Amino acid sequence: MLDFAEALLDPWSTREQVIWNLQIVFMGMMVSLSCGLVGCFVVVRRMALLGDAVSHGILPGIVTAYLITDSLSIGPVWIGACLAGLGCGASIEWLRTKTPLREDAAMGLTFTSFFALGIVLLSLEAGATHLDPACFLYGEIGLTPLSPKLELWGLPSGNQALWNMGVVCLTTMISVIVFYRFLLVTSFDCSLARSLGMPVIWIQYGLMLLLALVVVASFESVGVILVLAMMILPPVSSAFLFHRLPSILMCCLPLSIFYSVAGLQLAYSMNFPISASMALAGIVIFLPCCLLGPNGGVLTNSKKLKTRKSSRDLSAN
Amino acid sequence: MRVALPKPLEIHDLTVAYQQKPVLYGIDLEVEPGSLVGIIGPNGAGKSTLIKAIMGIMKSVDGYVKVFGDSSRKALTRVGYVPQRESVDWDFPVTAMDVVLMGRFGHIGWFKRISKRDRSFASECLEQMNMLPYANRQIGNLSGGQQQRVFLARALAQQSDLYLMDEPFEGVDAITEKAIVDLLKNLRNQGKTLMVVHHDLSTAKDYFDHLALLNLRLVAYGKTEDVFTHDLLQKTYGGKLTVLSEVGSRKLNEKQPTPEAL
Repeated sequence: MLDFAEALLDPWSTREQVIWNLQIVFMGMMVSLSCGLVGCFVVVRRMALLGDAVSHGILPGIVTAYLITDSLSIGPVWIGACLAGLGCGASIEWLRTKTPLREDAAMGLTFTSFFALGIVLLSLEAGATHLDPACFLYGEIGLTPLSPKLELWGLPSGNQALWNMGVVCLTTMISVIVFYRFLLVTSFDCSLARSLGMPVIWIQYGLMLLLALVVVASFESVGVILVLAMMILPPVSSAFLFHRLPSILMCCLPLSIFYSVAGLQLAYSMNFPISASMALAGIVIFLPCCLLGPNGGVLTNSKKLKTRKSSRDLSAN
Repeated sequence: MRVALPKPLEIHDLTVAYQQKPVLYGIDLEVEPGSLVGIIGPNGAGKSTLIKAIMGIMKSVDGYVKVFGDSSRKALTRVGYVPQRESVDWDFPVTAMDVVLMGRFGHIGWFKRISKRDRSFASECLEQMNMLPYANRQIGNLSGGQQQRVFLARALAQQSDLYLMDEPFEGVDAITEKAIVDLLKNLRNQGKTLMVVHHDLSTAKDYFDHLALLNLRLVAYGKTEDVFTHDLLQKTYGGKLTVLSEVGSRKLNEKQPTPEAL
């Protein structure tokens, strides 16, 4: 009992604890890096709330895939999530064109009803098995080290959860690098993308697929709600520091390391849930960026912002 | 035997609707290569819509658009588009140089590195618009005229054969306006075709050699001296004759400053 209390006070004291914690830190880093990279494009496209909506709307797909396959392996769950996402899109389109509802109302209605459906499905199942709805909603990154251990050529080589997230993280990084120009131009100026012969619609769908993949891979760790924090915080924080997209993307790496290390430390010292602490760590670093950032920080160049705003008002008239 | 070259722009019976209401109706238009065309008409006449329909941003209900004889999406690779200023997200994290380089992507290819030559060509385009000193500024930190010049530099970098410009003179200073006029004439003299949405009647006559008068339908299209007539303008602007007299009085005011202004 004494050991336990001691471990709580000093979570880095033994070798086992260090390994245990490093797995959580590594997981948190990969989650926030993949979310952040996708999030950068979601934010510059002014779709931040769509990211939120999507992460809610795909819940029934995730749960249904779980019910059918009885596992949370990424493949089927991703397919389920994408199907639910398509369902959301179709429903919004139908409401928008066939009823007097406007787009915002159609979106609000669709995503909340899909989310509600997901929760109902989840509670149906939760009674029968070990599945905990809270785990879906808030995630449990602290359980990462309990995931099945893998062995490669007889050597212990990490665990299943880390490998899954690692593959997703690598996929995200490679996609962002390879398709960087497509993503940049379609985000900035759709008409230019057209005149350069880009398949604008397919790029949009591709980004949505990537978004769904990242959400699916991350929700076990941080939950479908906090996944949005991991998506929005890195781009909005680094946008105060840099004025070019490549730098903002690059900045996701140090930020994600900070989120997971500081978040875990905060969670241990204050006995907070880990995923929420990581989001809080993100907000802690967002505030100084927002106030002092060289690129539009509130205290550093409020004057410039004012002239920009007023010139924008003028041009709107 | 010489095959006739396809026209830069051929529009036949184009109808565009927005929420079941037609905003462009039965447009027929053929533009010859090397024309500098001003698209004029009252507010809500569908000037921007016409450009957007050509670009395929707005779907047409009827009719077709052919760019250099081709109605597929591929034809758009020969088109340079300068969007309306207010439709651009000025907070987007790109510099002036980044924007101009985007115009080169069609020539560079999607996955190749940006070569030194492309970079120096982009610099030349910026230089031509007198924007090289601002190459590393984020686009939101430029003045309205400078922002417009960045987008024109991008259009230059695209080396297109047909240019579509949506109100390039909107909200720019006199120096920029002069620079844009020079650029338009320069491009025309190189044999490029330009379609420019414009809403200042007092300058339309001097800037363009062809005019398209638009008000939901195409009222008239032809050489400026043939089309810029009182009757046709009245037909285009309908009952809004006040618009015309307003322009007239503004011109008068410009020429004879009131004693108060002095």
